[in-house]
Amino acid sequence: MSKAESNDASLPELRVRPVDAADLGQVIAIDAEVTGLEKTDYWYELFHRYGGGRTRQRLFLVAESGNIIQGFIIGEVRDWEFGSAPCGWVFGLSVRANARLAGVGARMLEAICDGFRHAGVNKVRTLLARDNGLILSFFRSQGMMAAPFIPLEKDLD
Amino acid sequence: MKLQKGTSLALYSVLEFAANPGRQLSAAEIAEKYGASTHHLAKVLRELGRAGLVESARGVGGGYRFSGNAKRLTLMDVIELFEDISTRTGESDEFDGSSDVGRALGAVMAEIDEIAKATFRSITVDTMLKLIERQRRAASEAQTAS
Repeated sequence: MSKAESNDASLPELRVRPVDAADLGQVIAIDAEVTGLEKTDYWYELFHRYGGGRTRQRLFLVAESGNIIQGFIIGEVRDWEFGSAPCGWVFGLSVRANARLAGVGARMLEAICDGFRHAGVNKVRTLLARDNGLILSFFRSQGMMAAPFIPLEKDLD
Repeated sequence: MKLQKGTSLALYSVLEFAANPGRQLSAAEIAEKYGASTHHLAKVLRELGRAGLVESARGVGGGYRFSGNAKRLTLMDVIELFEDISTRTGESDEFDGSSDVGRALGAVMAEIDEIAKATFRSITVDTMLKLIERQRRAASEAQTAS
């Protein structure tokens, strides 16, 4: 059965806002809880490139409730990749395991989509592993459908 | 990937019941709507009942209603009650794997099957109901505009 996010529970005063340097410790912990890897350098580098509202084209947001960071979402506007018109692209999303089913992901996606609209695009896309049922189901529940693209890869010998 | 007739009927039925949670629907109503025999549909509903996804209602009119969790139940959960597609690969029927050409064509079919399976696993009944509603609205708007 899917564990996709829904509004089965609620968190007090959930607020979605741009990430702050002081949030990074919690962001790293949430990511480590989900992926099993603590990637401190990677997150500081991402914060440097996407944090602090430096540009309308890059968004790194967190969801906060009761002074605790419950989740984060990261995305950017990508222009003319293989001729594709500019679109919003979400490439990171995670919610604390004990804060799921409370609408955190939906609120963050809504906020980042508002940011993309503000940046002038009207389409949002993402790409994730086929076996990532949790996040795939979440994006599906938010109305996302298969995009007209096929991801490809090959081993580099 | 082609689903068996019984599997398709199960998906139709689950979505019909889940879309009308407060209403009892008879096997005959669904069979008529989707051009199936009542006998075949009754067998499908028995299987759905055994899995706890529908329950039969007694009394005048009788019928069935949805008893699953629409936010948890995926299309794959329903499909796997009727056929095992999780281990199916494109190499099985369509192409003979004893030749290089057959194996290569089988690999392409397997790629397509993997995408189909991931899609079935990622879509819940609740998501399907939202999609059905969006399509209904779009069709109605298109009709109004024309």
